[in-house]
Amino acid sequence: MFDIDRWNEIWNALAKNKVRSLLTAFGVFWGIFMLIVMAGAGKGLQNGVSEGIAKFAANSAFFWSQQTSEPYKGFKRGRYWHMDSEDLQYLKDHVPEIEYITPKNFTGRFGNSSNVIRGRKNGSFNVKGDYPDYIKIDPSTVLKGRWINDLDIRDKRKVCVIGEKVFDSMFDVNENPVGQYLKISGVYYQVVGLIRAETKINVNGRTEESISLPFTTMLQTYNMGNQVHFLAITAKSGVPVSVVEDKVKEFIKKRHSIAPTDLQALNSVNIEKEFQQMSGLFLGIQILTWIVGIGTLMAGVIGVSNIMLVIIKERTKEIGVQRAIGATPRVIIGQIMLESVVLTTVAGYIGLSMGVGLLELVNRIIESAPAQGGDRAFFAHPEVSLTVAVSALCVLVIAGLFAGMIPASRAIQIKPIEALREE
Amino acid sequence: MIQISNLHKSYAMGSNSLHVLKGLNLEIEEGEFVSIMGSSGSGKSTLLNILGILDDYDRGTYYLGGKLIQGLNETKAAMTRNEMIGFIFQSFNLISFKNAMENVALPLYYQKVSRKKRNQIALEYLDRLGLKEWAGHLPSELSGGQKQRVAIARALISKPQIILADEPTGALDSATSFEVMDILKDINNQGKTVIIVTHEHDIAAMTKKIIRLKDGVIEEVIKNGDLQLFKERILTE
Repeated sequence: MFDIDRWNEIWNALAKNKVRSLLTAFGVFWGIFMLIVMAGAGKGLQNGVSEGIAKFAANSAFFWSQQTSEPYKGFKRGRYWHMDSEDLQYLKDHVPEIEYITPKNFTGRFGNSSNVIRGRKNGSFNVKGDYPDYIKIDPSTVLKGRWINDLDIRDKRKVCVIGEKVFDSMFDVNENPVGQYLKISGVYYQVVGLIRAETKINVNGRTEESISLPFTTMLQTYNMGNQVHFLAITAKSGVPVSVVEDKVKEFIKKRHSIAPTDLQALNSVNIEKEFQQMSGLFLGIQILTWIVGIGTLMAGVIGVSNIMLVIIKERTKEIGVQRAIGATPRVIIGQIMLESVVLTTVAGYIGLSMGVGLLELVNRIIESAPAQGGDRAFFAHPEVSLTVAVSALCVLVIAGLFAGMIPASRAIQIKPIEALREE
Repeated sequence: MIQISNLHKSYAMGSNSLHVLKGLNLEIEEGEFVSIMGSSGSGKSTLLNILGILDDYDRGTYYLGGKLIQGLNETKAAMTRNEMIGFIFQSFNLISFKNAMENVALPLYYQKVSRKKRNQIALEYLDRLGLKEWAGHLPSELSGGQKQRVAIARALISKPQIILADEPTGALDSATSFEVMDILKDINNQGKTVIIVTHEHDIAAMTKKIIRLKDGVIEEVIKNGDLQLFKERILTE
């Protein structure tokens, strides 16, 4: 194998027609390049999404009310309704599997009209009413000050916690927002904290563009009575979220005279289920990557096989001579197989390196870009694992052997006499 | 050296078969210098292929150096060819990207002789044929006669018992042809059996025995002493 004559022969066979060899090699190069880049991009998407939601409580579910879609108990369809604070207490008492349950209310942000004013600055932001426990379901980092606490809720304090975008537009860069006041829809609130969302899951607007008030303060200020717009629940460990989800829906529907079969009235999202769907999606992406990648690679390998056949046709006479003067079939087969493996492996290796290089470049660009809260792309650390790289190399060598098989068997089928007769 | 009896060979040509050799008997002693002649279709190429173990035969027996050559697999056939037979072809059939020395050394490569040793031996053989200065040249840089000498050196390097030459002068002008024939004569004088297939009478006339084939059997064998007679006869033909 490490015989200089052998390599000399390979070099000559390939160098005889450089353009053809290069084009053939390009097929394999492209196949493996695509495979690596696609696998890396898939992985990057997976990483990005997982990093975005990893900290989100996976055992959570969310509920919100919509118009009813079925008539029930004398009510006609299309009725508007709301959950209320009593539902909350009822669920706490009757569904022991619930770990945390927090309501969340919203005020509309109407168009671009400014609803927040501070001195000469103004802006338009989402305003949400929150409970202290909410941060345990959708974690945020408290950059300055604190999050809403139980005293805020009890005393209906006029305080607020702001997101980073709110800080950027309402405060100067070096200002400490804590203790300052913001006028929100005509009422002054003292800023007690600045937060950065750790997940990319947004409920009614991005966290960085939102202002959170204590839930009870919001109910009173905006005259919401005891309405609850949105409910976040986590299940105790060991209990599937869907069990809790079903129970909660059943109870709430019963309490508000909604048909048990009405699927629209109480909408919900089960994060556990979403996670599962997501991992299914990534599995799908991976499978697709390999199918397409291997397919492209196969096309390249078939190209190699084809060219090897042509090379053998061109070298029929040479092979005939070699056999006449004593080359055994093994020598000939070995030569052709080696040639094909060398062609695919070299081309493939270049494709592999360039694919990995491209991924690394993309990774660097992403990492050097300023990471800013929710602005981070759903894409992080595109990479291929060593397993993928090694298996790609194995595929290459096997593919090379496979590509050489047909031409090699063709070569030993050539009878020396026929080869020599060919003028 | 070569004993052939009742040799039959036919080729399948689509549905019907072509019977080329029809019970041919032939004996060639060690050290003979033989030419095989015959018009096209007489079976001389087929006979040469069978002699060279490049092709198998259907019936009969073929002993080469006392060894029965029959139904060998390709690996064994290749090894036997390598050890016992040296080939010389009409179109030289040198490997284009190997220089003269490497071409000559090729049979030893298949015998797994080390590179250094086989190149050294190849140089000796090239020297014997007066081509030492050309050892590093590629075939494309050599003249026809030089190429055929390289091919002869290649045929000799594995020390075969017989040399099979298929139209060795077919691609050469007459002056070079005679040079090549002189070389073959020398080889024969050193005790090697040389068998030439040719259709040129003057080339055949330089050998010691002429075997004329016709329709798959031997028509006549002209021995050394009768060659003069043969020459005159072909001149009148």
